[in-house]
Amino acid sequence: MSAFNAIGEERDIDRDEFTPEIEPQATWCPGCGDFGVLKALKQAMPEVGRNPEETLLVTGIGCSGKLSSYFRSYGFHSIHGRSLPVARAAKMANPDLEVIAAGGDGDGYGIGGNHFMHTARENHDMTYIVFDNEIFGLTKGQTSPTSPKGHKSKTQPHGSAKQPIRPLSLALTSGASYVARTAAVNPNQAKEILTEAMEHDGFAHVDFLTQCPTWNKDAKQYVPYIDVQDSDDYDFDITDRGEASEMMQEAEDALYEGKVLTGRFYHDEDRPSYQQEKRNAGDMPEEPLAERYFDDDYEWERSYDLLDRHK
Amino acid sequence: MTDDELIWRIAGGSGDGIDSTSQNFAKALMRSGLNVFTHRHYPSRIRGGHTYVEIRAKDEPVKSRGDNYNFLLALGDSFARNPQEEAYYGNEEIKPLSENLDELREGGVIVYDSGLLDASEIEDFDQRVEENDWHVYDLDLRGLAKEHGREVMRNTAGVGATAALLDMDLQYIEDLMEDAMSGDVLEANLQILEEAYESVNDDYEHTHDIRAPTGSTDDEQVLVSGSHGIAYGALDEGCRFISGYPMTPWTDVYTIMTQHLPEMGGISEQVEDEIAAASLAIGASHAGAKAMSGSSGGGFALMSEPLGLAEITETPIVLVEAMRAGPSTGMPTKPEQGDLEHVLYTSQGDSNRVVFAPGDPAECYEQTRKAFEIAYEYQIPAIVLYDQKLSGGHQTVPEDHFDEEPNPDIGSVVTEAELEEAVQEAGRFKRYMYDDEDSGFGGVSRRSIPGQKGGNFLASGNEHNEVGHISEDPNNRVVQMNRRMSKLDAIRDELAENADHQPVYGPEDAEYGILSFGSTKGVIEEAVDRLNDDGHSVKAMNVSDIMPFPKDDVTAFLESVDESLVVEMNASAQFRRHVQGQLGRFGEKLYSLLKYDGNPFEPEEVVSGFESRLGGEADLSQYNVRIESATGD
Ligand SMILES: Cc1ncc(C[n+]2csc(CCOP(=O)(O)OP(=O)(O)O)c2C)c(N)n1
Ligand code: SF4
Repeated sequence: MSAFNAIGEERDIDRDEFTPEIEPQATWCPGCGDFGVLKALKQAMPEVGRNPEETLLVTGIGCSGKLSSYFRSYGFHSIHGRSLPVARAAKMANPDLEVIAAGGDGDGYGIGGNHFMHTARENHDMTYIVFDNEIFGLTKGQTSPTSPKGHKSKTQPHGSAKQPIRPLSLALTSGASYVARTAAVNPNQAKEILTEAMEHDGFAHVDFLTQCPTWNKDAKQYVPYIDVQDSDDYDFDITDRGEASEMMQEAEDALYEGKVLTGRFYHDEDRPSYQQEKRNAGDMPEEPLAERYFDDDYEWERSYDLLDRHK
Repeated sequence: MTDDELIWRIAGGSGDGIDSTSQNFAKALMRSGLNVFTHRHYPSRIRGGHTYVEIRAKDEPVKSRGDNYNFLLALGDSFARNPQEEAYYGNEEIKPLSENLDELREGGVIVYDSGLLDASEIEDFDQRVEENDWHVYDLDLRGLAKEHGREVMRNTAGVGATAALLDMDLQYIEDLMEDAMSGDVLEANLQILEEAYESVNDDYEHTHDIRAPTGSTDDEQVLVSGSHGIAYGALDEGCRFISGYPMTPWTDVYTIMTQHLPEMGGISEQVEDEIAAASLAIGASHAGAKAMSGSSGGGFALMSEPLGLAEITETPIVLVEAMRAGPSTGMPTKPEQGDLEHVLYTSQGDSNRVVFAPGDPAECYEQTRKAFEIAYEYQIPAIVLYDQKLSGGHQTVPEDHFDEEPNPDIGSVVTEAELEEAVQEAGRFKRYMYDDEDSGFGGVSRRSIPGQKGGNFLASGNEHNEVGHISEDPNNRVVQMNRRMSKLDAIRDELAENADHQPVYGPEDAEYGILSFGSTKGVIEEAVDRLNDDGHSVKAMNVSDIMPFPKDDVTAFLESVDESLVVEMNASAQFRRHVQGQLGRFGEKLYSLLKYDGNPFEPEEVVSGFESRLGGEADLSQYNVRIESATGD
C-alpha cells in the first residue's frame, strides 16, 4: 500500500537512525538510568529489523515519559498513566506497526495500574517497558508504588507503611505472556530482552530497573545483578506458570533484601495475542484501518442499507 | 388537546417485553401511514419496577410526546417473579393501572389484564372512571395467552385487543410478527392476537370515541432513535473504531455501533474505564482511523484529561455525551440537559472543542456527520451532546434522509509524495507547522500517519514545537496557542456558510421568541404552533451549534423580538448563561423556563410557561417548572 511504504521495507537498519537531533541531557540528570533504556532500545531495533517509521513509541508522563522525545520514531507522549490504552488502539487500528509503550513505576503501576492489568489480561501484541526506579522522579522524589516499605520521602515523612507492588507477579497473574526484568546497568541483557520482547507475539512486560541518582540514593545499581538464566542456582521452566510464579516471588522478595535477580521469567509462545483472538472471532480486520481511507477504490458500506430493520 | 391523534401507553413491569411490544406496535402504526413518536419511561432497575412506553401517532408530523395520553394498555407484570421472594414492594402489582391514571385524558380508554390486575384494589378507581368518562375494558389477557401459548404472550393479547378497540387493520401487526418470529412461537402469537381481536369485537360493546387516525404519508418512513441517528451518521462518515464503557444512556449508541462494526470491517472495544475509552479513540485516530468514544455525565468526567490531550496533540476524535440527570450518578434513566457547562469547559487550560447538540433523530444523523467532518478537517475534538430522551425515543424519519454518500475523507493529512518534499527538522516532520499559509487550512497544520515514510513526529500533551518536541519557548508557546485557538473562528465561519444554519421556526416577524437547544426542539415547535393559533406572536430557535456559538444568528434572532424565553431541562439555566456569555448582552430580554424533575417538557408546559411570563396569565403551580429572569445585560 503506497500510503505506508515504510512498513515492511527490508534493508539494513542502523541504530543511529533512531536518534533525533535532540539531546537527552536536556532533561535527564547525569547518571540517570533512563539513558540505559534509550540505548538498549536503539540497539534492539536493528535486531528486530524495524524501521523508525513503522515503529510507534507511546509514553506516559515522568522522566521516563521523555523517552519518546529522544527516540526517533513515530511517537506519542500521552498523559500520566495512559500510554497503554493509546498504544493498544494504535496497534489494533494498524497491526503492521511495531508498538512499544513505556513509562515509570508511578505511571505504570500507580495511576495506570488498571490499564496495566487489563492490557496484560487481554494480551495485546506490544512491548511495555516500565522504568522502575522505585521513586517518582519528575515530581521530585515522592514515594512510588515500588518504593520499599519504610521508605521516607516528603510525602511519607514517617516512612511508607505500604508493601511495594510486585510487578512481575502482577503481570503474570493478570495474563501477560512474556515477563522479564532487566536493568540499565546491564546493557547486553537489556538489549537481548527488549529484542525478544518485541519479537514476542503478545503482551511483553519488561520491568526495567533504572537508577535515579537524584532522588533515590538507595538505587539498586550498586549491588551485583544476577541473571536467573545464566546462574546455575536457579533452575526453572520459563514456560510453566507455576514455576515462573515461584521464581518471580523469590526475585521480588530478594530485591528488597539487596539481591537483584534479573532475566526472563515467563514466556508463553502458544497463547494467541488479543488481536489474533479478535480476528479469529471475526471482530477485527487483517489489514490496517488507515489503508482504507487512502484507497479510492474501497467500497464504503452505507447506513442506508441497514434501514430495513426500522421499517 | 385534540383527539385526532392516538397516544397509546403500554405499562407494566420492566422485563414484561414492553419495549419490544411497543416497538412493533409503533411500526405497525407507521406502516399504516402515520407519523410516530415514542417516549420511554423506565426506572433504574432491571427486573420489576414500573415502566411504560408511550407512542404518539397522527397524520401530521409528530414532534413530541404530546400532553398526556388517551389509551392505556395495563399489563399484569413481572414485579414478583423471583420465586424466592414474596410479592414485594407493597402494592407494586397494581402500579400499571394506578400509576398511570393521572395523565390519562378525559374520555380515554383503559384496557387492563384482569388475569393479573385487580382494579378494586385501587380505592377511588370507579369514581375516577366516572368523573373522567373513561372507558374500561377488563380482559383476561393472561388467561388468553396461556390457553393458546405461553403466559408471556399476554402483551400480544393486549395488542390484539388494542387493534380491535381502535378499528385497526391487523395485517400490519401480523406482518411484523411474521418478520420477527417463526414456527410454533409465531403460530401461537398469531392465534392469540386474533383471538383477542375477535373476543373484544364479539363480547364488548365499544363505548369509546377514540379510533386509530388514518394516515397518508407518502414517503417511505423509518422509525429510529437519536442513538440510531448518531450511530448511522458515524458509520456514513467512515467511523470504523469505537471504544467504550457502558453507562446509561450512552450505551445505546455504543451497542448499535458494536452491532455493525465487525461486519463492516471495523473495530469495537469494550474497555476497563472511560479514561481508557477516550484514550483508545485517540490512539486509533493517531494511527489513521476515524474513531469515536463517548459516555454519560460521570464517565465523561473521566474523559476530561484525554479530551485535552486530543486537543493539544491535534488528534481528531468524536465523543458522544448522552446526558442524564445529575449531579453524580443522579437519575440514570431520566433526561436532563445539565451537562452543558461540563462539556463546554471540562479539561485544563484554554482548551477548545466543538460541540453540537442535535434536536431530533434526523439532526442526530446530520450533526454527527458534521462533527466528524469538522473534527478531522480541523484536527480538534468534537462532541455530540444529546440526552436520555433523544437517546431512546424513536421518531419517524423519511428514509431518504439517510440516502447520503459515505464520506471516508480523513481530513488534513499529507501524502507520502508530499512528505518527500516536506521540510524536516531535527530528523522529524514539521507536523505542527505554524506558517502553513499556502495549505489553506486556517490554523491547521497537516498531519502524517504512522507508517508513512518521512512523516515521523512526536505527538505530545506537553506544549511542543513544530516537530512535537517539548518546548517552553515563550514565542513558540504563543504561536502554537494562537494557531490552535484560531480553529474555532475558522469553524464558525465554515458552519455559517450552511444555508439553513440554526433555522427559525414560526412567523419571521413574531413579537416574542423561544430559545432552546437539543432535544426540546420538537416540543417547542409544537408549543409555538399552539401559541400562534391562540393569537400570540411567537417564533423559536433551537440552537444546535453550541461551540463555536453561532453569534450572528442568535443575535439577529434576539434583536428581532421584544423578549425571549429560554427553555432548558436543568435547574441552573446553563444554556441561558452560555448565550449571555457568548453574546455579552440581552440579559434584560431573557427569561428562563426550567424543568428538572426527570421528565421531558410537554408542549402544554411550554405554552403555560410562555403565557405566565410573556403573554399574560397562566398558573404554573400544577407543573414542575420554574421561571427565572436573567441578570445583567
Ligand atoms: C493526572 C496527573 N497526576 C499527577 C501528575 C504529576 N506527575 C508527573 S510525573 C509524576 C510521577 C512520575 O513518576 P514515575 O512514573 O515513577 O516516573 P519517573 O519520573 O520516576 O520516571 C507525577 C505524579 C500528572 N502529570 N498527571
Ligand atoms: S530525577 Fe531521577 S529519574 Fe528523573 S532524570 Fe533525574 S535521575 Fe533520572
